[in-house]
Amino acid sequence: MNTPATLAETRDAVVSGARSAADVCREALARIDAADPSLHAFHTVTAERALARATEIDTNRARFRGAPLAGVPVGLKDNICTNGVRTTASSRILETFVPPYDATVVTRLHAAGAVLVGKTNCDEFAMGSSTENSAFGPSRNPWAADRIPGGSSGGSAVAVAAGMTPLSLGSETGGSIRQPAAMCGVFGLKPTYGRVSRYGLLAFGSSFDQIGPVTRTARDAAIALGVIAGADPADSTASLEAVPDYTAGLTGETRGLRIGVPSRLLETGVDADILRAVRTAIDTLRARGATIVDIELPHAKYAIPVYYLVATAEASSNLARYDGVRYGLRDTQNELGAMYSRTRERGFGAEVKRRIMLGTYVLSAGYYDAYYLKAQQVRTLILRDYAQAFERVDVVAMPTSPIPPFKLGERASDPLQMYLADIFTVSANLAGLPAVSVPCGFTADRLPIGLQLTGRAFDEGTILRTADAYERDTEWWKQAPPIATR
Amino acid sequence: MLAFAMPPEFTRAQVEAIAALAHLELDPAEVEMFARQLGDILALADQVQQVDTSGVSPTAYGVGPHSADRPDRVVPSLDIADVLANAPDSDRPRAGGGFFKVPRVIG
Repeated sequence: MNTPATLAETRDAVVSGARSAADVCREALARIDAADPSLHAFHTVTAERALARATEIDTNRARFRGAPLAGVPVGLKDNICTNGVRTTASSRILETFVPPYDATVVTRLHAAGAVLVGKTNCDEFAMGSSTENSAFGPSRNPWAADRIPGGSSGGSAVAVAAGMTPLSLGSETGGSIRQPAAMCGVFGLKPTYGRVSRYGLLAFGSSFDQIGPVTRTARDAAIALGVIAGADPADSTASLEAVPDYTAGLTGETRGLRIGVPSRLLETGVDADILRAVRTAIDTLRARGATIVDIELPHAKYAIPVYYLVATAEASSNLARYDGVRYGLRDTQNELGAMYSRTRERGFGAEVKRRIMLGTYVLSAGYYDAYYLKAQQVRTLILRDYAQAFERVDVVAMPTSPIPPFKLGERASDPLQMYLADIFTVSANLAGLPAVSVPCGFTADRLPIGLQLTGRAFDEGTILRTADAYERDTEWWKQAPPIATR
Repeated sequence: MLAFAMPPEFTRAQVEAIAALAHLELDPAEVEMFARQLGDILALADQVQQVDTSGVSPTAYGVGPHSADRPDRVVPSLDIADVLANAPDSDRPRAGGGFFKVPRVIG
């Protein structure tokens, strides 16, 4: 079996001179050409710019010798602004939007020697768990093309799983990096809220939104996080907390590590194959010297209602800016109010409208205290649950998704069923905590399964170390779908 | 705390009122769909009412505080012509132009 190269292998090959950045770039573009017509991971492929950039790296090799991402092809979720490259958020309302500036993460990737090869598909404005809410058509799972890749960062996960790029960036509001990573059999990291600048990320839920990497391995995610993390004058919520050397922390050491498992939370509604794979993964960590502790997260069952009340409230406010005045679609009308409402009616898809409606309702006079304020109070209790758990353990382990990837269209008419599948991911977003999804097996139908590890705020180091140690004892991360090795 | 009964299902008029607040002009099929779905979603969301939150302060951000304070120095901003290049309508073609254009608001 020919596993696609990791980020570290790709970078090392370019730095050592074994391969040119241009050669690596051409291979990535060829893989996109071959596989993307059937998978639709990308909206926009920036072939010319990418090759020019790769050639620039090759002709200035000395300058990029120490660059952590020298010559690494990267796909960026299409809600991350790229100067001069169309950024749609998979929405008709931004179909023609070309940002006049780069997101901070893009500037940092560029400085680290990365080569941007394109913009990846996602649910419209990152609202969804299947990438079916893209106005430009869904992405497909490389392991089973009739199934969803997960979402909302589905295209980013597909790009890595199908061997198109060793790194892509996604964004999370309620699990949108971890869930598609789990469903595509790759590694996904949602950093602590504030670890990575949100400048240039199209806003959805501002108290949740966070950018993070999708990669093949924990080590690759550690390298990428080291590049994109850190304070930013352009985002006051980007933390001043120092950025450690994440790769130096990958020691393989798990003796003495205390891993909490919320057993009661896993009792109902989890697919049997997923539960079995996650239990086996926890046994693997126990065999490496970790201590497994049963923990309670008594308010975790309220995470979905809290999330959908608070996140939609924030979304209804954030998406007010799309009104046909400054960018994107305009439905020309003689009257200003009609222009706003016609533009938004034409420009937004059903899921985005649904969330704007819900958010508008919960913020409206008479309902604010009962829904929005109440949800924020329960959010406090969810935070306290985690704070208490982290007094006893270093990591919390559970499945990333309770269900394997389902068939395209299967849940399209039932948004509520779609929301319920976010049960294990949203609480980390509510609490602002870092979490990863690492491949830990397959269902009987050979659909990938992800193990989720959540850590203390700003302690990405411990969950990355745990995941990296797990990868040393397992081969799941080396598995690639046939389309990736063709 | 609840001074009202939660609507189990939204009426068309309620959906249209929310849509008006959100600057959305829904078509009749959407009004019908959202009347049903918003009721379903709020029935789920209403689970939060079961939780005793007396004396619990609300959380607006999971992790904080952040680096909000920095010197208030004037730095270059985006180029106006670049920004207006995305506008559906502007006075950019005119020399020195710097405005977005919208339908007439006053008389």
